[in-house]
Amino acid sequence: MNTAIRVRGLTKKFGDFTAVDHVDMDIPENAVYGFLGPNGSGKTTAIRMMCGLLKPTAGQIEVLGMQIPTQTEAIRLQVGYMTQRFSMYGDLTVKQNLKFIGKIMGVTGSRLKQRLADLVEEYKLEPIFENFAGSLSGGQKRRIALAAATIHRPKLLLLDEPTSEVDPNTRRDFWDQLFLMCEQGTTILVTTHLMDEAERCHHLAVLNDGKKVADGTPDSLKNEMNAVTMEISGSHIPAIKEQVNKLQPVLSATQVGVHLRVLLDTTLPQPEQWLTEQLSSFGDTLIKSTEPNIEDVFVMATRDNESVG
Amino acid sequence: MTPSIIRTLSVCQKEILQLVRDRLTFGMVVMIPLIQLVLFGYTINTDVRHVPAAVVDDLNNSFSRQLVMDVQATQVLDFKAMAYTPAELERMIRDGKVAAGLYIPRDAERRYYLGDESYAQLLIDGSDTVLGSAVSSLGRFPFQPGNVIGNSSQTESLATRLFYNPEKRSAISIVPGLLGVILTMTMIMFTSVSIVRERERGNMELLVATPIRNFELMVGKIIPYIIIGLIQVSIILTLGVVLFRVPIAGSLLSLFTACLIFILANLTLGLLISTMAQNQMAAIQMFIFVFLPSLLLSGFMFPFVAMPKFAQNIAEVLPLTHFIRIVRGIMLRGQPLNTMSADLLFLLAFSAIFLIVSTLRFSKRLE
Repeated sequence: MNTAIRVRGLTKKFGDFTAVDHVDMDIPENAVYGFLGPNGSGKTTAIRMMCGLLKPTAGQIEVLGMQIPTQTEAIRLQVGYMTQRFSMYGDLTVKQNLKFIGKIMGVTGSRLKQRLADLVEEYKLEPIFENFAGSLSGGQKRRIALAAATIHRPKLLLLDEPTSEVDPNTRRDFWDQLFLMCEQGTTILVTTHLMDEAERCHHLAVLNDGKKVADGTPDSLKNEMNAVTMEISGSHIPAIKEQVNKLQPVLSATQVGVHLRVLLDTTLPQPEQWLTEQLSSFGDTLIKSTEPNIEDVFVMATRDNESVG
Repeated sequence: MTPSIIRTLSVCQKEILQLVRDRLTFGMVVMIPLIQLVLFGYTINTDVRHVPAAVVDDLNNSFSRQLVMDVQATQVLDFKAMAYTPAELERMIRDGKVAAGLYIPRDAERRYYLGDESYAQLLIDGSDTVLGSAVSSLGRFPFQPGNVIGNSSQTESLATRLFYNPEKRSAISIVPGLLGVILTMTMIMFTSVSIVRERERGNMELLVATPIRNFELMVGKIIPYIIIGLIQVSIILTLGVVLFRVPIAGSLLSLFTACLIFILANLTLGLLISTMAQNQMAAIQMFIFVFLPSLLLSGFMFPFVAMPKFAQNIAEVLPLTHFIRIVRGIMLRGQPLNTMSADLLFLLAFSAIFLIVSTLRFSKRLE
């Protein structure tokens, strides 16, 4: 498998603040690669450095075999970047926006015409093609932003929180589109703090405070997580939560619907039995172990001064 | 076409589309020259006439009556009231009932023929300096009573001849200056917000990730406004000729060439402001910082030669100063372009330097 982006010792400082701290990364071609991390963890800064928008304080970036910053201009022709904030011209129509971006990216004449027709088809833009971009709904905006980012058929697509503010159906359509492009040979890098987005990625890197704290496929991350996941059902969940949080081997506890989801230290020999003993005073509680999910991985990886294997 | 030209032209096209969509700005393109020219052209009037005045006539004979009639005939003063004492006259001026008063003492006729003393007194409200100086000039008014016997001692000692604007119509000197003021105002204002606005609305994030170069972006943003500037020039000149009968002594080609160079200078200045300002409000503040001295020091409002050296030095840096010199030369005196190369070269150099500096200042990175 070839590497689309190779990053070594990538560091970015804004004054005294270190936004990205010595990150090493190999992003394989033809995959959807996710940056998972809380707000302010350095995801956007990292992705911006990878398309040459920010100059790294230290470290090397190689994108599609080319070096940043010396070959930034050439890289830009091969990379599509979709910004977190809607960045198209609200006072131009969808068509005018796409034409403008196409020409700027070097797609002209009959090729531009063809690409516009393709995009209208692929992204179902027909009904909104002549509308002003500023008047579109959140989902429609994301759709045309993605269409614009792919107008020059980039080999690498960088998406900064692409579907943070859209409904699940729009998100599904959006991701179907991404997988289609991935299938056709595009490498896709996505930043996210949403669990269902992260779950869809082929590969994940978890960032916290500018450092990479874990990486792997979603399944391997779940399996290698340094915690046991338990689910408690009962009639006094908030009180149980308060009690559980005082216990040393409990790493995290959060209420999910009628359950309490608890992450326990793996050193406990019999976690289920231990938990039952601790909560005997609450009466009718049901305790069972359950499969870890990406949220558990996220919580474990971003706990202060802790890391997972 | 090279990719570079395509990119520049698509920025141009995009700017025009946005401009047409932006009704307010588009309206300003036409309305600013229209309204300003009509307002300034009709209201700025240094050619003072029909100033309300009162008279105290202690002499009250044919001499004094002829004096009053002759002063009235100059049209500078309009006698609309009589007073009985000089003190009453002063009170009327203080209360704003009249702006000037003529006091003819009992011995006015005797004083006149003796010839070594003033024979009457003009009292003027000096709180408006333009009005004050216009009325003061009546002091040298050549009065010849009786219209038969000339009195050589009272005739003007210096014959003056006023070139290019013999009727002293203000509009003739105001309109060329206003051409420069309106262009300064609109051109700097439009471009000073142009880049800042893209930054504020997040569009810059999109542009920086594309292969577009700084220079292409700058030039692409300027070109549509050059066209707009020339449209404004046409509006102002047409109105000037139609409404105020302003002559265009020189050739139209040299006039438009000069305007084009001046437009460029203002646009590049606006671009530089746009690369420095953090938001649109700051851009407007910087624009005013440049616009006010331009208005006051360029020679539009006050004669350039009469300003102190220090103010002149500041004024020499402002494009409007050079343009006002050029445009008055072309429009009123028919001065050929090649005799104004120093001013033209200054404007060209100004444009080149500001374009380069703003290209360098504008950072394609997001820091």
